[in-house]
Amino acid sequence: MSQAVAERPVRRPPRPGRPADQFRMSPLSSAGLGVAVLWLSILVLLPLAAVVAKGTGSGWAGFANAFTDSRAYDAIKLTVLASLGVSIANAVMGTVIAWVLVRDSFPGKRILEIVIDLPFALPTIVAGLVLLTLYGPNSAVAPDWQGTRPGIIVALLFVTLPFVVRTVEPVLLSLETDVEEAAASLGAGPFTTFRRIVLPAITPAVLSGSALAFGRAMGEYGSVVLISGQLEHKTEVASLYIYKQIQDDALPEAAATATVLLIISLLVMAAMGAGQYWSARRA
Amino acid sequence: MPDQLLKSRPSRWTLRYLALSYVAVLVVLPVGMVFWRTVQQGWRAFVDALTSSESVHAFQLTAVVAGSAVLINTVFGVGVAILLARYRFPGKRVLNLIIDLPVSVSPIVVGFALILVFGFRTGWFGPTLRDAGINIIFAPPGMILATCFVALPLVVREVLPVLQETGVDQEQAARSLGASSWQRFVRITLPTIKWALAYGVVLSVARSIGEFGAVKVVSGNVSGQTQTVTLLVDQHAEQFENGAYQLSVVLIVVAALCIVAISFIRPHEGS
Amino acid sequence: MGIAAQHIYKRFGDFVALDDVNLDVRSGELTALLGPSGGGKSTLLRIIGGLEDADSGSVIIDGVEATGVPAQRRNVGFVFQHYAAFKHLSVYRNVSFGLEIRKRSKAEIRNRVHELLELVHLDQFADRLPSQLSGGQRQRMALARALAVEPKVLLLDEPFGALDAKVRKELRDWLRRLHDEVHVTTVFVTHDQEEALEVSDSLVVINHGRIEQVGSPNELYDHPVNDFVMGFLGPVTELNGQLVRPHDIEVLSTDLTGSVQAKVHRLVRIGFEVRAELDAGDSQPWVQLTRGQADALELETGSVVWLRPSRDASTLVPQAGPPGAAAVNRTTVGP
Repeated sequence: MSQAVAERPVRRPPRPGRPADQFRMSPLSSAGLGVAVLWLSILVLLPLAAVVAKGTGSGWAGFANAFTDSRAYDAIKLTVLASLGVSIANAVMGTVIAWVLVRDSFPGKRILEIVIDLPFALPTIVAGLVLLTLYGPNSAVAPDWQGTRPGIIVALLFVTLPFVVRTVEPVLLSLETDVEEAAASLGAGPFTTFRRIVLPAITPAVLSGSALAFGRAMGEYGSVVLISGQLEHKTEVASLYIYKQIQDDALPEAAATATVLLIISLLVMAAMGAGQYWSARRA
Repeated sequence: MPDQLLKSRPSRWTLRYLALSYVAVLVVLPVGMVFWRTVQQGWRAFVDALTSSESVHAFQLTAVVAGSAVLINTVFGVGVAILLARYRFPGKRVLNLIIDLPVSVSPIVVGFALILVFGFRTGWFGPTLRDAGINIIFAPPGMILATCFVALPLVVREVLPVLQETGVDQEQAARSLGASSWQRFVRITLPTIKWALAYGVVLSVARSIGEFGAVKVVSGNVSGQTQTVTLLVDQHAEQFENGAYQLSVVLIVVAALCIVAISFIRPHEGS
Repeated sequence: MGIAAQHIYKRFGDFVALDDVNLDVRSGELTALLGPSGGGKSTLLRIIGGLEDADSGSVIIDGVEATGVPAQRRNVGFVFQHYAAFKHLSVYRNVSFGLEIRKRSKAEIRNRVHELLELVHLDQFADRLPSQLSGGQRQRMALARALAVEPKVLLLDEPFGALDAKVRKELRDWLRRLHDEVHVTTVFVTHDQEEALEVSDSLVVINHGRIEQVGSPNELYDHPVNDFVMGFLGPVTELNGQLVRPHDIEVLSTDLTGSVQAKVHRLVRIGFEVRAELDAGDSQPWVQLTRGQADALELETGSVVWLRPSRDASTLVPQAGPPGAAAVNRTTVGP
């Protein structure tokens, strides 16, 4: 999933005078495009527009509720800070794990590969239950983090584990080790080589992986619902707050917070797009 | 592979065991714990948990919802990938962006958004649809829509790069040999994208079976009626009922099978 | 009969690929479309094949109006530069593809495919996948595939462009012999003038979306209508205000009528050939000689000689301005 977004190929500019690989619309393809646009509108665009319309429906005052209501404010603040922390942790640990997967070899590496992907494929509620089992009240092995912020962080770290690993891995694979050897032959120590040669090459991938992790953490619900204990002002992340508001039929409040989340995800997407454009131009 | 950083033994071991213990503490131990709890509660409890009438219904509903969503997203995904790869039309960049949008929207917001449009009380189209006798929210159609939404880009994003990479030569050769557009699709395009499509479908299956937040919002979570397996796990866990561990083990095994399937498909992709 | 393309006009955005092109291809002939890349020759071929639509103009194949007929119903064989092999199908299935589409009987398909694979010398590779073939073998398979459906015309788009020099030469000879055997009306696109001169019955030079000249290879080589055609088909040099081929210049040790004095500036030996670069006052021609000629004249750097076009040389007075002339380098033009 992360690769799919991060590795979008840069399209070649059309060559003049050479027949392009793309055709003018035919009646069949026009009909297909019509159906696709209609489906996307019904499924994605209209519903998201409805959220924004509801969130801003009672004017600026209603929307500002998301910032002035202390419960909503605390939820958004917790979500943003936790997501930021998780992105930074992923940037470091994801790079380390990708490094070990690409450059190290030891028995059981294939199992590690599969374990890394597990958080992608696992239903989020199962992830939540799994974490509650170890980091909950009945664990007897690990500390009880139910109803605490470390519990939230662990859940977010679990579901975002593959993002940075899977975006950095292909870049590390394509990196020629002879460049590093050249640096070493010029007298650079291993850490200097890493900092001066490897790090600049993988930075775009680390950033886009972290951005994907950030976006995912911002909206996460299933994995935190059990371990959070859903304590207002303390462990209530934005999606938990929105869910409660929907249950209490407080739709405008839910919509205002949802709009804030949507805006943040759009900003993250835009930043990623700009980042890719920037690094593609440098490459 | 010679690697400067890994040549020194201490740093190599430090990195390896840092990575391994992080993954162990975060993933392996918690997952193992769920298996352990399941084993503790015994075979009897396992069979009971899977064969209770609400479990059976939940499995059936998950199959219907995930199956429909995967089917819809596969057809849509292949169609949109062909449009994006092969045709020129205005608004193409916008379409390309919208496809990725669902990745970054919270599942709760997805469900909420669908309620605002299709909810039968206050939704934009809800009352009209209700008068026509169509229930979307609190019913399987809404759950299918929610699942389609969250898994939307998976097939497109796997198939599109392969189509762009392959180019149109083979399709044009088939055309000059007399193949109609349907014959070209079946005989040339489909075999070309086969592995990427399989990859995208497996990803979609895993995502669709596992979808929880969006389905929870739109389903109404009525036991025995609109409860998928993930919703049932949630209910068991929140109500301290038996069965959550057992159902989770089944879902973990399904997820692991999906990953294994993917690891078999991956080497074929792009060959 | 053959192919007639009339008043073909085609643009891509602001770029005019073909500007009112008229082309007649005689039935059974092997015709080369020759020109620099971006000149419009591939686009013309694709319009004939129906893979591209002209903005205006008409295409007539074998006396039948083909404009607007989709490619799959034109019954033309098309061979692509990069083979366009069906990667997931065996060599046999690649060749049988068009016959399967036409729902021919199994027995008929089997006979026809084996006949064609023999023709292209690939019979023993029938069960291989294209990825297990060399480039030259893949292109022969693509030719067999195109011929399988007994097309009215065979169109080849830079068929040897992706092959290395040695294979390219072999396939060139082979294509000529193949055409002598099957005699299907054939048009092939190339930017290699040697290839075009060697293989084709008839040659069409295209540049900047216009046809510069049409004729037999010899006609075009000996009587080019302009600088562009002359420069594109072979080496050109300028002597005394005239364009002339460097092997069409007589080198004299004495001053005879119509000759110009020149001083040898540099001598280059390339195998049996000697290239002499000279200084003749207002022009710097170069001359192509055999080693024997150069030795007989005792040419050395600094020798003074007299130059004049040989009696049957084709010469051309360079035109000022027209687009074709821009491609001709004033002093030396080589392939």
